[in-house]
Amino acid sequence: MRLILMAVALCAALMPLSLRAETAAAIAAANAAKIEKPSRQTIGPVIEALVASGDPMAAAVLQAWASKGLGLRKSDKAFFLIMPEGDGYKLTDLTGADAGTAPKSEISELKPNAGVRGLIATALVQFTLSDPNPAKRAEALTSIARDPKTEHLAPLRAALAGETDPALNAQKARLERLLTLRFDPDSAQRVTAIDGFGADLGIDLRGALNPLLATTRLVATGDAPPAANIANELSPGRDLTEADAYDLLVAANLAPARLTAAEQKAALAANIAGGMVGGIPLADLSDQTARDRAYTALEQAGTVPTAATSDEVTAAVAAHRYYDVYAEPDPAVTGAAKAALDRITLKQGAMEVVDLGLDALSLSAIYFLAAIGLAITFGVMRVINMAHGEFLTLGAYTGYVVQQWVPNYTASILIALPLAFAVTFAAGVGIERLVIRHLYKRPLESLLATFGISIALQQLLKNIFGTQARPLTAPAWLDGALTFNDVVSISYIRIAIFVLALIFLCFFLWLMKRTRLGLEVRAVTQNPTMAASMGINPDRINMLTFGLGSGIAGIAGVAIGLYAKVTSELGSDYIVQSFMTVVVGGVGNIWGTLAGASMIGGLQKVIEWMNPSNTLAAQTYMILFIILFIQFRPRGIIPIKGRAAGD
Amino acid sequence: MSSILEVSGISVSFDGFRAINNLSFSIGPAELRAIIGPNGAGKSTFMDIVTGKTRPDEGTVTFGERSLNCLRMSEAQIARAGIGRKFQRPTVFEDQTVTENLTLALKASRNPLRVLGWRRKLIDAERIAALAAQVGLADQLARKSGELSHGQKQWLEIGMLLAQEPRVLLVDEPAAGMTLAEREQTTAMLVDMAKTRAVVVVEHDMEFIRRLNCKVTVLHEGSVLAEGSLDHVTMNPAVIDVYLGRG
Amino acid sequence: MKQGILARNPSVLIFLALLALFTLIVTFGSEAYGAGFVSTSFVKTLGKTLCLCLAALAMDLIWGYAGILSLGHMAFFALGGYLIGMWLMYARTEEIVVAALAQDALPATAEEIRQGIATQIFGVVGSSDLPLVWSFAYSLPIQLALVILVPGLLALIFGWLAFRARVTGVYLSILTQAMTLALALYLFQNDSGLRGNNGLSGLQNLPGLGDVGQDQLSVWFFWTSALALAGAYIVLSGVVGGKFGSVIRAIRDDEARVRFLGYSVESYKLFIFTLTAVICAIAGVLYYPQAGIINPAELAPIASIYLAVWVAIGGRGRLYGAVIGAAFVSLMSSLFTGGRVPAIDLGILRIDWVDWWQVLLGVVFVLVTLFAPKGIGGLFDLALHRRSPDRKGAPLGPEDGSLQEKEALE
Repeated sequence: MRLILMAVALCAALMPLSLRAETAAAIAAANAAKIEKPSRQTIGPVIEALVASGDPMAAAVLQAWASKGLGLRKSDKAFFLIMPEGDGYKLTDLTGADAGTAPKSEISELKPNAGVRGLIATALVQFTLSDPNPAKRAEALTSIARDPKTEHLAPLRAALAGETDPALNAQKARLERLLTLRFDPDSAQRVTAIDGFGADLGIDLRGALNPLLATTRLVATGDAPPAANIANELSPGRDLTEADAYDLLVAANLAPARLTAAEQKAALAANIAGGMVGGIPLADLSDQTARDRAYTALEQAGTVPTAATSDEVTAAVAAHRYYDVYAEPDPAVTGAAKAALDRITLKQGAMEVVDLGLDALSLSAIYFLAAIGLAITFGVMRVINMAHGEFLTLGAYTGYVVQQWVPNYTASILIALPLAFAVTFAAGVGIERLVIRHLYKRPLESLLATFGISIALQQLLKNIFGTQARPLTAPAWLDGALTFNDVVSISYIRIAIFVLALIFLCFFLWLMKRTRLGLEVRAVTQNPTMAASMGINPDRINMLTFGLGSGIAGIAGVAIGLYAKVTSELGSDYIVQSFMTVVVGGVGNIWGTLAGASMIGGLQKVIEWMNPSNTLAAQTYMILFIILFIQFRPRGIIPIKGRAAGD
Repeated sequence: MSSILEVSGISVSFDGFRAINNLSFSIGPAELRAIIGPNGAGKSTFMDIVTGKTRPDEGTVTFGERSLNCLRMSEAQIARAGIGRKFQRPTVFEDQTVTENLTLALKASRNPLRVLGWRRKLIDAERIAALAAQVGLADQLARKSGELSHGQKQWLEIGMLLAQEPRVLLVDEPAAGMTLAEREQTTAMLVDMAKTRAVVVVEHDMEFIRRLNCKVTVLHEGSVLAEGSLDHVTMNPAVIDVYLGRG
Repeated sequence: MKQGILARNPSVLIFLALLALFTLIVTFGSEAYGAGFVSTSFVKTLGKTLCLCLAALAMDLIWGYAGILSLGHMAFFALGGYLIGMWLMYARTEEIVVAALAQDALPATAEEIRQGIATQIFGVVGSSDLPLVWSFAYSLPIQLALVILVPGLLALIFGWLAFRARVTGVYLSILTQAMTLALALYLFQNDSGLRGNNGLSGLQNLPGLGDVGQDQLSVWFFWTSALALAGAYIVLSGVVGGKFGSVIRAIRDDEARVRFLGYSVESYKLFIFTLTAVICAIAGVLYYPQAGIINPAELAPIASIYLAVWVAIGGRGRLYGAVIGAAFVSLMSSLFTGGRVPAIDLGILRIDWVDWWQVLLGVVFVLVTLFAPKGIGGLFDLALHRRSPDRKGAPLGPEDGSLQEKEALE
């Protein structure tokens, strides 16, 4: 069998060479009668001949034929390509030469039926598949891949040998395997094709495999299973509800339709006689059992059609067996397809875990960026800055404004980052000098005061920039994603944010561990009084710290603005997560913030993955988790250690 | 001698630093005891452990005739059981009147619902007046305690401790910031209190301790270095070495 | 007992007298029962304001007195609204469905009515089943009991977890904020069983009182709100005036010290947290039938922060301060955002109050926090020449040492 097929394929491939001499015009002339009144049964050889002719006009002729563009001159039974022009047609003969015009009455337009048009289309596929233009060939492959049909298999195989472009060749080969596993008449071939893919993650493969495993529900009377490729047997109550099972019975004409409550009501209402229905007073019919009794009475009287009662339904459902049956009759193929899909699912699961890890990592990086400024101010000054979210927004808007002046996106981002830092640093220092400074030792009041700043600032930004989202466009080189396979990919923007977070981590470590400022900040954090007596000015340190925290928020704002909508509410979307990060991570330590961000980001992604339809629920569960987490680590993952923490 | 508070073999570390190292200590039901030691000897940590603020890594703390295990109790439970503590700085509720401060401390049910239904009876008023008189604040009852002088606050706190009627009293540097006359009064009061209950005084001031005239425990590096009368411990060469000798 | 409270707190009498006077003025000015110079919608606004005052009282108790800055109390408020809204919507829909089914030839079955109600209420979220949480929506008494039980239990569980772990200060504020957010996000889902972001609507129609006009209903609700506020004011004056109040203020100022006095600080906090949550829920029960609609946006963390803002502007640590703050700020807010205040033209900039009110509020709030920590209530002290104790520059709240200690405590 396979040998024969191969021979056919070989012939198809060789034919163009052997029959090159014949022209489309000659073939058409020879088969004029068949072309004029084509039928699906007889036209095959003509189309094949046209295909095999090698005449460049053949494709044009076929195309015209399929789309009512081929006409027959009534006077001499000659074929022309016709194009409506004014009242008549513009004619082109089958060699491609212009043949003048003709009035409509002289030409009869050929209208092949759908079956013939299908054959022509299939034949055309082969033309496009072997088109000298690679773009055309690629287009043809894409169109086949989009809607594969049995008829495509042979032309595709035929076109395989002549392919010179290696990429297209691979694509053709893959498509051929995909078509083989679906449409090849030989079961063994199909199984080989399926197994050949292994655990390939391509969506096209899954798209090809899934229809093989499509099932339909089947009802069988008696115990013997039907002679079909059974996927599995269903037991009512466990695999399908009784109602569904009965619906199947009704659909298979094995049982009478069940009466819906509405139908029953209508039937009863139609048979009211003297305030009674079926001998039961109307007033009593506010009860389902009474209605059933009334209906049964009407049934017995023969006034309404018989309908199944719930007892009958149960009995009928129990008397039948239910199966899921594959549409594909060959068990070998379905078995192989199932095994392949299982392999794919397993591998996909593993890949999803990797992808999830990447997602979590990038989300963590965002939370880290958003929270780090907050953690600094809280760690050093014990001030929760509720306006932190607005600093993020301010940073993002700074980026937007810069892009209004500097059209080059790369340059604008490079300007925006330090500028956002400067703007929010200045805003932070201003707020510290004007407000926070007066509220040290009163953390709850500084929280509320910064909240006041937050609402004022948010509204101010709204008044300036409006409520609609402003674009902050990433440079083109950050477009797209780093794709590993169909499952694992990560967008370049997220990678950039991740890198930015890393840079900040390093910068911060350097600042705290290697600079005089860092030393002083650490000293003030641990013991402000002692630090002051050592000649450190805590006022200055607090100011710089608050400015630094705010400045980092500005930079984080630019980063977030690159992929989120820049509105005046951008900050409030991140503020609670940032708080959570600080609370979970513990204060006074950059690693704590990092751990907190990783945990919050990771957790959120994991919960989203378990319940993908619902990101809202994911956040709810995450917050619940955090509340519970605080029970066990009230001071965060990495708390301030030592005696200083206790006294 | 039976003891009301028994601390045995406790150790606690902060971040690797061993603040208390296998410390054992006991005090009788009506005894005055002074604890001295250089800075960092573990005096405050010791009090934190007894009052339940800090949990030791190992060891036991038992209280009373029925040997209650203090390590399983919260600060509030320990306080209710009868261990009172006076902090180094006067910590009274500055926004409340002297009467309110004393009422808070008065021995009564601490259950929120009972407190909600609590109404001052004549006997409470008398008790408060008596306590105020005892600490010399009889004519300050209606004043907010934030308006009192530093010494008066110290007194008020002692009054609050008395109102609690504790069986063991931990007093942290009671004489700090007091005038000489006030010190003398404090000494007398501590000695007086120790007649009916155990009083542990942590103090730096040797002169003050000498006036208390009681058994002294010397702490050093988290454990007991010496114990006995003040004269006895001041002659101990180890004590002289770590505490006095360097001077 | 009541006599004693009133005698000890003359401000209670003054407050009650003013509230009564206010109620009389509104009643005789209303369209239903008086001259009609107070429009029905303004009666509703005033009634809602009274409910907000009630919530502010609760906020003052927990923040002003107990020092716990909860940023989640509006969640309990909204929860109360949801719970009463469920009954209102169910019973009202039931009336409509029963009326519709009565047109049929046959009397309706219970199942048909249920189905009809479910389709009516949940059609908007593409469901026709009554979710489990609506199990008791048919019964007013049960739903009223739930109004107390659900927010109470939620507060109890949350508070128990938080206070047991000794979460204090800003940590606790953030945690309560997170709780509110979690609840809001949950309710935003369509499958939460509470109609997702559509919320509950049509709550202004009282079941069984279809022929009573809104003009009358609004006054009735106004009365009820005033009564609730008066009752809560009396009860809370009693709570804060006695030893209990003394204990919670002591907890606010120095929690560790209170612990060493033998008070179980956590129990007290839990008690206050739960009590105030229930008060907020009751306020919500009265508020939302006047508002007519409730949706998850009402639970947004910002709502709870506004509650704190009202109390701060009014003056915390005194009950009348909370009431004044809530009434003043929320009325000003509706005045300014209602577009009834003329815009100011500054030449280059036009201050349109609808847009600039929030900016003004934020700035005023910062100024109040900085320069008038006693809020509007401080004016009364000035008038009465009442001075707070001179603490020689010591902070109002807990001492700085004890604060650090509290935050780091395990």
